[in-house]
Amino acid sequence: MKISYNWIKEYLDLDVKPADLAEKIERTSVEVDDVVTPSDGLKKIVVGHVLSIEAHPDSDHLHICQVDVGEDEPLQIVCGAPNIDKGQMVIVALPGSRIADNVKIKKSKMRGIPSAGMICALQEIGFSDDVVPKDYVDGIYVLPADATPGDDVYDYLGMNDSLIDLDVTPNRGDMLSLNGTLRDLAAIYDKPVTLDQPEVKETGDAIADQLTIHTDADLAPQYRMRLVKQIKIAPSPMWLQIRLWNAGYRPINNVVDITNYIMLKYGQPLHAFDYDKFAGQEVYVRNAKAGEKLTTLDEGEHDLDDHDIVIADDKAPIALAGVMGGLSTSITDETTTVAIEAAVFEHDHIRKAAQRHNLHTDASQRFERGVNRAGVQDALDAAAEMMTDLADGAVQTGTAVGSDNVPEPAVIPLSLSHVNAVLGTDLELAKVVHILESLGFTVATAGEDMTVTVPIRRNDIHIPADLLEEIARIYGYDELPTTLPTGRMTMGTLTSAQKLMRATRHSLEGLGLNQAISYALTTADKAKMFMMQPSEETNLAWPMSVDHAVLRMNVVTGLLDDIAYNTARKVKDVALYEQGRVFYREDGNDRPSEEEHIAGAITGTLMPAGWNQPAKDVDFYQIKGIVEAYLKDMAINGDVTYEANADMPEMHPGRTADILVHGHRIGFMGQVHPTIAKKFKIGATYVFELNLQAIIDMPKQENQYDVISRYPAITRDIAMLVPDEVTNDQIVALIEKRGGAFLQSVKLFDVYDGVKVPKGKKSLAYTLTYQDKHETLVDDAVTQAFEKVEKRLQDDLGAEIR
Amino acid sequence: MSLKDKLDELHQRGLAEIKKSTDLKDVNQVRVSLLGKKGPITEVLRGMRDLDAEERPKVGAFANEIRDDLTAALTKRREELENAVLNARLANEKIDVTLPGTPVAKGEPHVIQQIIDQIEDLFLGMGYQVLSGPEVEEDKYNFEMMNLPKNHPARDMQDTFYITKEILMRTQTSPMQARTLEKHDFSQGPLKMISPGVVYRRDTDDPTHSHQFHQVEGLVIDKHITMADLKGTLQVLAHELFGDKFDVRLRPSYFPFTEPSVEADITCFNCGGKGCNVCKNTGWIEVLGAGMVHPNVLKMAGVDPDVYGGFAFGVGPDRFAMLKYGVDDIRNFYLNDVRFLTQFTKKG
Repeated sequence: MKISYNWIKEYLDLDVKPADLAEKIERTSVEVDDVVTPSDGLKKIVVGHVLSIEAHPDSDHLHICQVDVGEDEPLQIVCGAPNIDKGQMVIVALPGSRIADNVKIKKSKMRGIPSAGMICALQEIGFSDDVVPKDYVDGIYVLPADATPGDDVYDYLGMNDSLIDLDVTPNRGDMLSLNGTLRDLAAIYDKPVTLDQPEVKETGDAIADQLTIHTDADLAPQYRMRLVKQIKIAPSPMWLQIRLWNAGYRPINNVVDITNYIMLKYGQPLHAFDYDKFAGQEVYVRNAKAGEKLTTLDEGEHDLDDHDIVIADDKAPIALAGVMGGLSTSITDETTTVAIEAAVFEHDHIRKAAQRHNLHTDASQRFERGVNRAGVQDALDAAAEMMTDLADGAVQTGTAVGSDNVPEPAVIPLSLSHVNAVLGTDLELAKVVHILESLGFTVATAGEDMTVTVPIRRNDIHIPADLLEEIARIYGYDELPTTLPTGRMTMGTLTSAQKLMRATRHSLEGLGLNQAISYALTTADKAKMFMMQPSEETNLAWPMSVDHAVLRMNVVTGLLDDIAYNTARKVKDVALYEQGRVFYREDGNDRPSEEEHIAGAITGTLMPAGWNQPAKDVDFYQIKGIVEAYLKDMAINGDVTYEANADMPEMHPGRTADILVHGHRIGFMGQVHPTIAKKFKIGATYVFELNLQAIIDMPKQENQYDVISRYPAITRDIAMLVPDEVTNDQIVALIEKRGGAFLQSVKLFDVYDGVKVPKGKKSLAYTLTYQDKHETLVDDAVTQAFEKVEKRLQDDLGAEIR
Repeated sequence: MSLKDKLDELHQRGLAEIKKSTDLKDVNQVRVSLLGKKGPITEVLRGMRDLDAEERPKVGAFANEIRDDLTAALTKRREELENAVLNARLANEKIDVTLPGTPVAKGEPHVIQQIIDQIEDLFLGMGYQVLSGPEVEEDKYNFEMMNLPKNHPARDMQDTFYITKEILMRTQTSPMQARTLEKHDFSQGPLKMISPGVVYRRDTDDPTHSHQFHQVEGLVIDKHITMADLKGTLQVLAHELFGDKFDVRLRPSYFPFTEPSVEADITCFNCGGKGCNVCKNTGWIEVLGAGMVHPNVLKMAGVDPDVYGGFAFGVGPDRFAMLKYGVDDIRNFYLNDVRFLTQFTKKG
């Protein structure tokens, strides 16, 4: 809501600049979006009197005007506006002036005729199209006839006012009005404020003979109408038009403008009906019936159902309650009798109706937040009074009341010690009482105990905590002391799972992978790729886009998306890991379970190429090295093994391994299937994904000291030819099993399957290291053990020792 | 010629030969030729048996003297030559030390992770627990127990990805308040926790909106927690993340789960509080929401609001990172361009 600084000053004696006032509001009350003075940035824009106009000789729409701008000689200005006329007072941008958007106006020629300046439309000096009166939307604006040529136009148009744009939180509906703002400011600045009290003059017949209202009080706790006859529809006076356009409303005519003005002033939405267009003299506030239709003021057509609240006459709905009036009963230039509606509708209904019909109006916004139920009659009377003053209307006697439910005011007990205990302050009782009273609350005290009665208009205050907020903000948050919680000591430590997750990240970063955070919501396709266990999809009910519609069941695809993003930007070497959740759902459950996973993906080279180090593209064994090193870091107490897996559809059938601990599968790694890589528009990419939760849950090894032997180790190399299908794992397992007590390690140092090796065979070579921790090993002992292993390799695996 | 004269001559000749030698091989030859078993000195000494008993020790001592001197000269010469060889080799091994070092593979934590870790470490140090909750939440915990009943207008402030009517992607980390309050045993001491995590909103991604982002929830509940404690805690947080120069101010705001509710601003990074276009000339930037936990939230979680109370706050690491580093597009955090990820590496 844009609130006028000048309007505020009419009621409150404040000696502060607009910017300071705005800052104060922001610090104490509600957020301020910005403060604007419409004349800021404009220069040399004055009133001009059009002395004469003649047609431009070379144009069918331009006019050559002689314009008095208060100087000795009139200015000649060429003007193309269709509504220019002799005798008008107009807005003239003089040569050297600045108009909206910082445009500079210079002397020029228009089709050969010199033109000293420009006659302006309101939009050209910064008005929004939405607020310009309809008559002037497509032409220049005509100022009142009593304007003085040569004067700056700003004061005539209210442009020297400052407009403070309040961003009102949902609880502070009372701030959506001048009166509410004034009441808050009065408390903030600790100054008295006297608000206008309407004085309506009733001159017509009794309303009861002309109008009867039937209201369901559950739908509308307050529903009232006044009837004003002999209305003369006309444009509003300038001061009213200025108030409206500065608040962001288009002036329309006196009757409609009055309803908007009263809403701005009192926060009470009003609607003006053309009474003569009612079918009958009865008005109903009721639920719509299925099949009913309504065309609203904005010419939108709405199908109604029994969730909607409507205002209806004997025949049909004439308004969508609290949201927008109907076109059929709207005010026109011919209107003479106006029924003014002032009501409060149930906020929940209004919120839903506004959503259902996608009609978020200033009225619905206020009803949703709650309107002062005790102020309805005042606003209605103020509108009626203005219709007498500005439209010569005769207010009929009495108010037609359909419902009159006013809630009991909230009465809240509050103790001073509680105030100070929660705020951390040392306030005195008198100070607290004064703050509450300055807000218009009534306070009764007994010792340090207070009983606070809250006016109906503050429908956000129900409990002591609400009062604490009022006290704190008016007292000032800056004035609160700054302390830290004291009390019983608590331990701040990470859980072992949290420690492991941190260790996981540090380990993988140390191994060269950058941490990525990708989207957990993805496409239906990607969500179910690289699955590690069967699961139902979890879909969003109303996704914003198909790209983010399904919860991921793998982490790898997010990383592949990231690699695709990099690849498209010519970043070829990408090494990423991500720690995050996947979402598995069982059929019949609405809610998925969440499992922590850790995944990595590498494309291009991991070790960056240097002048002395050639680029080496990532391969299976490099990513396996990372997985091995990572799992070693995590110190799982159990055997980690790798088994070929040719059955994952998204993975290369010959270059994929399952990762197992004690035979239990915890993940996979390998090369992404080339057709999948192609789908993602990425090159050869190696990935792994592990069930991090499983790693967290597994028993771990502790660090322990192992004596470093003082006795020398003896090594023996063994090279052998084995059939292709024999794996390294088999050979190592056999050597380790049969290697004897002194075998310390087995290390593969060569693999060869080139031309020198017979087809169907491969050559593998290992270094075996023997050591006795307690004495120097005898060569014979090693030889004996080594020969035993050689024999076993030959017998069990068909190895040919070379 | 007497034996002594012979030895003198051998001595002089030996020294000359040593001096002449130009490499280690020469030195070795000279050594063998002078001092070897078949060398002249041995020869001379062998002739000693012809001397009389009186002369023998004198000549023997003299011969030994000469042999020691020659040995020392040989050693010295060898060292000289070895040094020369070494120096020549080292001279040859000279490299351009300005060539770049061999690249190593090194990964970096995500910038948002860095901020979350920093926040975690700060609060761990103040005795808080770190808790994580489900990303797929029940409406009950995300909204209802946070004092947002089904028809609450503030639900419009948080557009939600629903899965079913009751199941949703959490829009905030606040449900961890309710979940933790339900479980906490206050006889064991106060509840002090933070809960970092991913949250989701039904937004279209653009430079300032992301349908996925992060939050860190904070909650302290005890018998005597004050709003001044909240202010102090937020100040410590601002100092930790941004530096001691940064000040915190509170402004009134509205959240259904806190009362009073505040928004916290910190001194503008760009201008240091003087006022600039980043802070809309206010000198302050809004960074987080906080407040005193609403009695309804405590009540719904089974905690007596007449006995216990405290504060809660919600921090956005994405927003912090954007402000701290001037990141102009939130999508950068989730697209994982390596050139972006590797910018936040300074640890010193």
